[in-house]
Amino acid sequence: MIRDIDEQITAIENEIDKIAENGDELKKLKELKNNRKELLSQCENLTAHDKVYLARHRKRPKVDDYIDALFDDLFIQKGDYLGKEDKSIYGGIALFHGTPVTVFGHRKGRNLNENMEFNFGMPEPEGYRKALRMMKQAEKFGRPIITFIDTPGAYPGIEAEEHGQASAIAKNLAEMSALKVPVIAIVTGEGSSGGALAIGVANKVYMLENAVYSVLSPEGFASILWKDSKRSAEACDLMKLTAQDLKKFNVIDGIIKEPLGGAHHDPEFVYKEIDNMLVEELYKYKKMTGNELAKERYEKFRFIDAQIIADAESRG
Amino acid sequence: MLKNLFGKHKKDALYFNMTKDETYEADVEMNPDDVLEKEDSIDKSATKKKEDKTDSETPEMMTCSKCNKEVSVSDMKKNLYVCPECGYHHPISAQRRIRGLVDQGTFRKLKCNIPFVNPLDYPDYEDKITKLKNKTNLDEGVLSGIGEIEGRKAVIAVMGSEFLMGSMGIAVGEKITNAFEMADRFKLPLIIFTASGGARMQEGILSLMQMAKTSAAAERFNEHGGLYIACLTNPTTGGVSASFATLGDITLAEPGALIGFAGPRVIEQTIGQKLPEGFQRAEYLETHGYVDRIVSRNDMRTVLGQILRLHDKRRK
Repeated sequence: MIRDIDEQITAIENEIDKIAENGDELKKLKELKNNRKELLSQCENLTAHDKVYLARHRKRPKVDDYIDALFDDLFIQKGDYLGKEDKSIYGGIALFHGTPVTVFGHRKGRNLNENMEFNFGMPEPEGYRKALRMMKQAEKFGRPIITFIDTPGAYPGIEAEEHGQASAIAKNLAEMSALKVPVIAIVTGEGSSGGALAIGVANKVYMLENAVYSVLSPEGFASILWKDSKRSAEACDLMKLTAQDLKKFNVIDGIIKEPLGGAHHDPEFVYKEIDNMLVEELYKYKKMTGNELAKERYEKFRFIDAQIIADAESRG
Repeated sequence: MLKNLFGKHKKDALYFNMTKDETYEADVEMNPDDVLEKEDSIDKSATKKKEDKTDSETPEMMTCSKCNKEVSVSDMKKNLYVCPECGYHHPISAQRRIRGLVDQGTFRKLKCNIPFVNPLDYPDYEDKITKLKNKTNLDEGVLSGIGEIEGRKAVIAVMGSEFLMGSMGIAVGEKITNAFEMADRFKLPLIIFTASGGARMQEGILSLMQMAKTSAAAERFNEHGGLYIACLTNPTTGGVSASFATLGDITLAEPGALIGFAGPRVIEQTIGQKLPEGFQRAEYLETHGYVDRIVSRNDMRTVLGQILRLHDKRRK
């Protein structure tokens, strides 16, 4: 459903652009704008499958868009200092309202060439080690850490395995849990599997309204459980992977609003929402000591399922 | 030479009794009886009777699925399900593994019973789990307790591949975390035998969160100076390999065990070519620097005994 609507909207936008060049078909322009509005209003109640489509949308803002919009004076950091630069993790040191922070995330491309370059946002161990290097450094200099999660998962390849994909992810999870600076993670697109979580052990985890976060991609889920990756639409509903589901599970702390039809229809709106959230959260964390921050984060994940266990216990 | 230098009466000079967190003390208020089941539940378990019964019913000879040779059943059992002909390590139940590992009569199960949870309301899940509990005589995918190996006490947790492929959901994550916490509380070394296909799909995002929970517990235990020995058995993949399994101070692996993040099939599909011989096997991991030593199941007790001995603290 969302796919059809989205394609129609794109067609309208293209026509609007064309008319704007001519400048003399105002009536037609008005009509098209109305049609667009009408279509967007149909995007109120999206299914989980719709959200997966939007979360992966080619035009959805990417990590570099967020960093450009929300931070100043970016110094990009590269490499794990152990032998490789992994371009699927992008970021560095920047200013957030004048305060130095470490900010990075999974990097997806806007077209095939970019995606090939950034490996579709699928890090190899070197990417996770680069992320850990940046985070340990942030801790050293007392900088808050902000991460943007948007990945189909850690890259499954021969070299990735040889270079220790499993232990690189595990090390990030362990070390992140004990960091003595505030960490805020935002799932902006798709957050799939350990490859997403490896930069997601944060004091606060937020999700965009149409982002998804899951143990595995719906295709992988369907393939493992039913040996049929084509049943992914069915998997989407079952998996409870939307921001609204995860908020109910207490896995995330808050949902960031998106404009109707998805973030790509009005990125500025989303930037503003994230900016407000970050200001509020970071201001709060300013008052906490390093040990308090680490303890809060530890307990968040230690007891992330405590309510679910307690509910099951009370049911007997 | 070194021995002579220090001499018998100066033996103490060779000992260093350092932990990272000197202020940390064992919880003396806690009585082990509060967290342990009453009796040695492994030697006297109902399974033993059941297994003994099947002994008389099964034919004397069986065929090794690896070398296809005829092997007597009792030889196979005596050899802890390692084929006496070809050395292939067949799957072994969690109970049998512990029985073959600890000093007889020393093992007591940790009290850690998690109620059945079904966060995704996954169809027929409860039925499946109930059947598995009856079939395997396990509470869930982990059997954990305190036992002695060559006279040295340790917390021991064994994952059972017979329980839904050792997959990690809330119960498995909680039991592993509990094992870290109990080892921490009683200042005991921790030994975990991993066997898992990864995160449990049926519990969705909450299975993914177990990676963060267990890794955080491992990190806390590490910070407190605890010794954690990871023994990787066939298979150790996905979310378990990318969390606590690869965070050991010492990492051992059983011969031929499949160990890796992504499954071989997923990698083959992604890269579109066949994987090299022996890829992701224990021996391959040893060559690539992720495993201290490959230990045959029959030698495991001796090797673990040695490692525990090497970590003895000075006795006052």
